[in-house]
Amino acid sequence: MSTDHHHNPGFIAKYVFSVDHKVIGIQYAVTALLFLFFGFCLMMMMRFQLAYPGEEIPVIGGLLAGALDPDTGGFLHNLAASLVSSDGFLLPEGYNVLGAMHGTIMVFLGVVPLAVGGFGNYVMPLQIGAPDMAFPKLNMASYWVFLAGGIVMLVSFFLPQGAAQSGWTSYPPLSVISPGQTMWLIGMVLLITSSLLGSVNFIVTIIHLRAEGLSFFRLPFFVWAQFVTAFLLLLAFPPLEAAGVLQLMDRVAGTSFFMPTGLVVANEVLNVAGEGNPLLWQHLFWFLAHPEVYVLILPALGIVAEVIANNTRKPLWGYRSMVYSTIFLGFMSFIVWAHHMFMTGMGETMSIFFQTTTMIISVPSVIILTALVISLWGSSIRFTVPMLFALSFLPMFAIGGLTGLPLGLAAADIHLHDTYYVIGHFHYVVAPGTLMALFAGIYYWYPKATGRKMNTMLGHMHFWGSFIFLNAVFMPMFFQGMAGVSRRLYDQTLYYHGDAVQSLTRMSSWGAWCLGIAQIPFIINFFASLWMGKKANDNPWEATTLEWSTPTPPPHGNFTTVPVVVCGPYEYSPPDKPDGFTPQMTANA
Amino acid sequence: MVPEYGLWLPPDISTHGYQVDRLINVLHWFMALLFVGWGIFFTYCLFKFRARTGHRANYELPNAKISKWAEVAVAGFEVVLLFGLALPVWSQVKSDFPTDEDNPLRIRVIGEQFAWNFHYAGPDGIHGRTSPELMKADNLIGLDMSDPDAADDLVTNNWMHIPKNKKIVCDVSTKDVIHSFWIPVLRVKQDAIPGMSIPVWFEATEHGDKFQVACAQLCGNNHYTMKGDLTIYESEETFNEWYESMAGDGEDEEEEEE
Repeated sequence: MSTDHHHNPGFIAKYVFSVDHKVIGIQYAVTALLFLFFGFCLMMMMRFQLAYPGEEIPVIGGLLAGALDPDTGGFLHNLAASLVSSDGFLLPEGYNVLGAMHGTIMVFLGVVPLAVGGFGNYVMPLQIGAPDMAFPKLNMASYWVFLAGGIVMLVSFFLPQGAAQSGWTSYPPLSVISPGQTMWLIGMVLLITSSLLGSVNFIVTIIHLRAEGLSFFRLPFFVWAQFVTAFLLLLAFPPLEAAGVLQLMDRVAGTSFFMPTGLVVANEVLNVAGEGNPLLWQHLFWFLAHPEVYVLILPALGIVAEVIANNTRKPLWGYRSMVYSTIFLGFMSFIVWAHHMFMTGMGETMSIFFQTTTMIISVPSVIILTALVISLWGSSIRFTVPMLFALSFLPMFAIGGLTGLPLGLAAADIHLHDTYYVIGHFHYVVAPGTLMALFAGIYYWYPKATGRKMNTMLGHMHFWGSFIFLNAVFMPMFFQGMAGVSRRLYDQTLYYHGDAVQSLTRMSSWGAWCLGIAQIPFIINFFASLWMGKKANDNPWEATTLEWSTPTPPPHGNFTTVPVVVCGPYEYSPPDKPDGFTPQMTANA
Repeated sequence: MVPEYGLWLPPDISTHGYQVDRLINVLHWFMALLFVGWGIFFTYCLFKFRARTGHRANYELPNAKISKWAEVAVAGFEVVLLFGLALPVWSQVKSDFPTDEDNPLRIRVIGEQFAWNFHYAGPDGIHGRTSPELMKADNLIGLDMSDPDAADDLVTNNWMHIPKNKKIVCDVSTKDVIHSFWIPVLRVKQDAIPGMSIPVWFEATEHGDKFQVACAQLCGNNHYTMKGDLTIYESEETFNEWYESMAGDGEDEEEEEE
C-alpha cells in the first residue's frame, strides 16, 4: 500500500505542496492558529469600544487614523477608512466589520480548520493505522482551497468597500444592501468547498483504511468524533453553499431570492425584482449552522476523551454509549435548526416541534459528559498540561450546555433571544469549551509531531491564565443578557438597562486583554520548544492508541511495520499489567 | 415609576411577563443545582483519585447506576419544563390574542434604519392605507392622505405612547431590513421581517415615561441608536387627552425625541 511513498521528493513537494496527511494537518493547524490569533485581535479592538465608548483606541486607533492621510497607499487607506474615524475612534460600521469578521474567522477559519483539518488530518489516519488519507491529492486540494478562502476574507479588509459587516449570520436584506458582503460570500463558497472535499476523504478513509483487527468498536473515540463530524460537514454544508450562491446572485445579478417587494431604504424604493423571502436564508443558514455547532464540539470531545483516558490510566467509562450518543447527536443536529428563529413569528406547532427536538438533543450531550466524569472514578489522575486543559473543558462545556436550556425554550427566548446571554452561551461552548480542548490536543500530540515536548512551566502559566480570564470574559455576559442588553450594540450605555451593567462590559474587556497576555507563554512555548524542548521518545505519555506506535515524528507512510490491532483503544492498567498498558498494535512480524 | 435595573432580570410591568420570569428563574435554579452537584462530584474525583505513590487505577469500570438515574431525572425534568412551564406561556403569548370584546388598542409598528415608527388608527379604529412609494422624509410610513381612514391617524417617530391596563396589539413590520421590536420591561420581543406584518400583544401594569423600546437584531451601522421612548399613561383617558392634543395640531404629526 505504501510502496509508492518511498521516493524522495524535493523541498516544495515535501513541505509546501505536500500530499502527506501529516504535513497537510500541520499546515491546517498553523494556518488556523494564525487565523485564531487574528480573529482574537479583532475582538480585542471591539472590546475597547464596548468598555470605553467613544474614546480613541490606544495605539491602533492612532496608527489607523494616520493611514487615513490621503498620501497613504490605497490599500491601507481602505483598511483604515472602513474601521476608524480621523480621531482614531472605532466607527459604528467598523464595529460591525470587526464583529462579522471575528465570528466568521473564528468559526470557519479558526476552530473548524484546527479541529478537523489540523487534528483530524494529522491524528485520525495514524489512529486507524493507515499510511495516509484515502485520497491524498484531494486532501491537498482541500487545504489550498481553504487557504484561498481565507485569503479572500483577509483581502476584503483592504478593498474600498471594506470587509463584511452584517454579522457572521449575514441576514438579508441587510447583507444584500451592505458593502463588503460579496467578498465574504466568495470566501464562504471556497471554504465550504474545502470542507466538502475534506469530509468525503475522512469518511472513505475511516471506512476503508482501518488496520487489520481495528473493528469499529475498537476505534479511539476521537476517530468516531471525526467520523460523525465528517458526515455533518458533508450533509449540512451544501445548503449553505447553495444559499451563499443565491445571496451572491442577489447582490451581483439582480435576482431576488431573499428580497421581498416594496423595500424602502432611506426613503427610496429599492430597485429589486422582489417576491423573495428573507426567512428562506435564515432556514438555509441555520440548517448548516446548527450542525456546525457539533462540528465545533465533537472533535473537541474526541480530544478530551483521548487525553482523559490516557491520564486517568484506565479505560473510558461508557465508551459504547458515548459512541451511540455521538451518532444520535449528529442525527438530531439536523432537526433543531429553527430554535434560532423562535422570534421570527413562528407559530405554536412549529415551535413545539423544535423545542422538543432541542430538549431531546440535550440528552446525548449529558450522557457523553457524564461518561467522561464517571471515567475519573477509580482512576489515577496525572495532572499533565494536556490533562489540565481537558479537565477544565468539562465544567466549561457544562456551563455552555446548561445555558443552552433556557435558549431552547421559546418562552424564555422572549427575554433572552439576541441578548448577551446568547453570546455567553455559545462562547462557553466554543471558547472555554472547544478551544481548551484544542489546546489540550496541541500539548498532547506536539511531541509526536515534532519529536520534542512543550515546556511544562509555560504550559501551566498558559493554562491558569486562560482558565481564569476566559471566565472573566464570558461569565459577565450572562448577567448582561439577563439585564436585557441586545448583542451587537456599538454602545450599550444609551439604554437604561445597558448603562446599568456597563461595569460588567468593562470587566469582560479587561478579561479579554488579560486573556491575550495569557497566550504569550503559549506562543513562546509553541515555537521555542521546536528547538529547545525536551526530546520525546516514541510514546512519551505511555499511551495505547496506534499513533504512539509509530516512530517520532512519523515518517512518510507512517508505520514501519504493517499494524495489526489486538484490543480496544484504552487498555490502561489491565489485570495482567496493573502498572502498565497494552498498546492496540502488535507489530506484524 | 422609574424602573430599577440590576444584575438579574429587569423589572417586569406586563401581565404575562411573570410567567416568562418564572420559567427563567426555575430553569436557573435547576441549572445551578445540576452544576453544583456535578461540580462537587467532579472536584471530589480530582482530589480522591489524584496520582500518588501507592495509588493505582482500577481497571474495572464502576457500575454506576446513578448516572442512568441522573439522566432519566434530567430528561424527566426537561419534559416537565417544556410542557408545564414553557409551552403554556408561549401559547398564551402567541395564540390567545385579545378578542374584539377586549377592545384592544391596535398600533402598527414600522421599523426602519434606524428608528421605530408607531402608527395609531385614531377614533375610527382603522389604520389608513400606506404605500412604499409615498414613504418620504415628511411621511415616514407612506400614509396615503387621500384615504378617508387616514384622516384621524397619528404617526410618532421613536416615541411610543400607550395606556396601562389595556390590551395592546402591535402589528410589527419593517420598511427595509430585519429589525426586532424589543421592550425589555414588557417582556415583548418580535422580529420585524420585511414583507410580513406580525402581530404581538401585551398589557402594561405600571405607568411612567422612563421606558425604552430597543432593536434586538443587527440592522446596520447605527443599530445601537435604534431606540425609542415609551410613555405609559395612567388611564385610557389621559392617553386619549394626549392623542387629541397631538391630533389637533395637525393630521400627520411627527414627534422628535427630546
